[in-house]
Amino acid sequence: MSEPTLNMEQPPTALQRFKASHFWHSFKIDRVAQLSFLIFLTYAVLAISASFIAPFDPYDASQIDIMNSEIPPSWQEEGEEGFLLGTDAQGRDMLSTILYGTRVSLMIGLCAVALQALLGIVIGLTAGYIGGRVDSFLMRIADIQLSFSTLMVAIIVLAVFQATFGTELYQQLAMIMLILVIGIAEWPQYARTIRASVLAEKKKEYVDAARVMGFGRLRIMFRHILPNTLSPILVISTVQIANAIISEASLSFLGLGMPVSQPSLGSLISSGFEYIFSGAWWITVIPGVVLIVLVLVMNLLGDWMRDVLNPKLYKG
Amino acid sequence: MPLLEVNNLEVCFGLRSGAVKALRDVSFTLERGERLGVVGESGAGKSVLGFSIINLLSRPGQISSGSVHFEGNDLASLAPGELRSIRGNRISMIFQDPMMTLNPVLTIGVQMVECLLAHRKISKADAKRISLKKLQQVQIPSPEKRLDQYPHELSGGMRQRIVIAIGLLLDPDIIIADEPTTALDVTIQAEIMDLMLNLCEQNNVALILITHDLGVVSQVTQRMLVMYAGRIIEQGPTKEVINDAQHPYTQGLMNALPQMAIPGQKLNQIKGTMPPLQRIPKGCSFNPRCEYVMDVCKQKLPSFTESGNCQVACHMVAESKQDKLLVKEV
Repeated sequence: MSEPTLNMEQPPTALQRFKASHFWHSFKIDRVAQLSFLIFLTYAVLAISASFIAPFDPYDASQIDIMNSEIPPSWQEEGEEGFLLGTDAQGRDMLSTILYGTRVSLMIGLCAVALQALLGIVIGLTAGYIGGRVDSFLMRIADIQLSFSTLMVAIIVLAVFQATFGTELYQQLAMIMLILVIGIAEWPQYARTIRASVLAEKKKEYVDAARVMGFGRLRIMFRHILPNTLSPILVISTVQIANAIISEASLSFLGLGMPVSQPSLGSLISSGFEYIFSGAWWITVIPGVVLIVLVLVMNLLGDWMRDVLNPKLYKG
Repeated sequence: MPLLEVNNLEVCFGLRSGAVKALRDVSFTLERGERLGVVGESGAGKSVLGFSIINLLSRPGQISSGSVHFEGNDLASLAPGELRSIRGNRISMIFQDPMMTLNPVLTIGVQMVECLLAHRKISKADAKRISLKKLQQVQIPSPEKRLDQYPHELSGGMRQRIVIAIGLLLDPDIIIADEPTTALDVTIQAEIMDLMLNLCEQNNVALILITHDLGVVSQVTQRMLVMYAGRIIEQGPTKEVINDAQHPYTQGLMNALPQMAIPGQKLNQIKGTMPPLQRIPKGCSFNPRCEYVMDVCKQKLPSFTESGNCQVACHMVAESKQDKLLVKEV
């Protein structure tokens, strides 16, 4: 009889762990999540490689010919082979402009959400962990901030900036300004969510145990509690990116966002709006569809993630 | 000089309905390597005592008077940084539920290494080596593998072994174990208890064992405190307290043990429940439940009477002592 062999396999690597996780399993069986993720990935790849894929450079004025303006998409009768999705009123190739615009929109969405998350995490964690007066103070600020709508704050700030420093400087700084405004206007969403989870987490014994071990406050907050609140952060992040992209599009549509020379999806929609009744629907509709699909897949992904990461719904 | 000296400790919780004293006038000492049991009902202040020793009461609790001296230093007067260097390093604590005391999102190895690095200036590799050694000491199977595992991958008994390993990680002088085996299976309980005892003995660590399991206390500890409604009512060598309980409450506890019951009859119990801390009666706080209650019990707080090697806070014991003395004199 042979010796019983003990199963002493190596500890699983991070990849193996991920493959064995509930997260990966539910992704494998959820077609909607897979499709959404695929579409999002396509967007990301196209946006990142926009300057290689796009047939024209919409930022380069020398490649634009006003004579090419308002050419319909190539599948229509008057369409031209070279402009797959037609051209806009200035003669820019729509396909190239949309690719660059998606890059701008995604960039603003991601950076604004990163800023929101940074502010929200620091403030929410501090409020939740320290509690007492600090908590009341920070959360009242959040309440006040929430009582103004994001768009209202953004419109006021951007309009005042344009009026004081002139349109030229604004056009140079438009992207940074949009990131700042959208980032700062929406941090309370994060702060509230994180505070709520911190309040639940800090009563758990591992926090007491960490204090007993003589760890400092900051270490307990960021190293021990924060990782335990990651799932709600992930969930709101997806929703917030979609929101930030919509906010940016709305501001651009109102003429307070990206300038026409560096269009985002929102400013493209807005620039085509004047021509929609003259028959040039593609300038508005195509970027509109692109935007809607992007926001939709973000929301679907967020929805799926909320279902997966919510332990109350989790029935292993 | 005793290792730990607690003097007239009083802990107060400032609630909206007024201040509630969770501990009153608690004094005891602990020598190096000694094992002390703290027993009492739920709410008697056992855990609060544990937390107040390392000055870790969470608000609104605070030490309102009295002192805790560790190696002659008053812990209350230390700066937060100095206090942190004692916590975990010199005095560590083991909690009841090993499920909750380990951080669910960090691997065992990360948590152990972090503890070491927070208190000692050593390299990460050294810290890992020490962690591994401690895991071997708590007799965990395949310790190398455990370092890379998360708490949820381990069983309850293994987790408590790891918690003990973390408690011993920095070779502390005192371990405060707050019901360390309550959450475990009975068969594992004895194993874990033995393990903890052996390790404490080997490393000459003093143990404060907070529990309501009199059986464990009688087997494990050398001295014990009996607490009731925030006060110590009886303390002394474990054997004497267990075999010859003086205070009616301690006697009641002993009689309530299932071993003391006559087969076929109801288990003995102490009638009533402990009063809420806001409404502790005047005089001896045990008087409404005491079989031998006297008038003086409702008026005056009993002070400690020496009885053998024990100290008992009871008027009845004090009186009988006096009677004996009188008899002797006559």
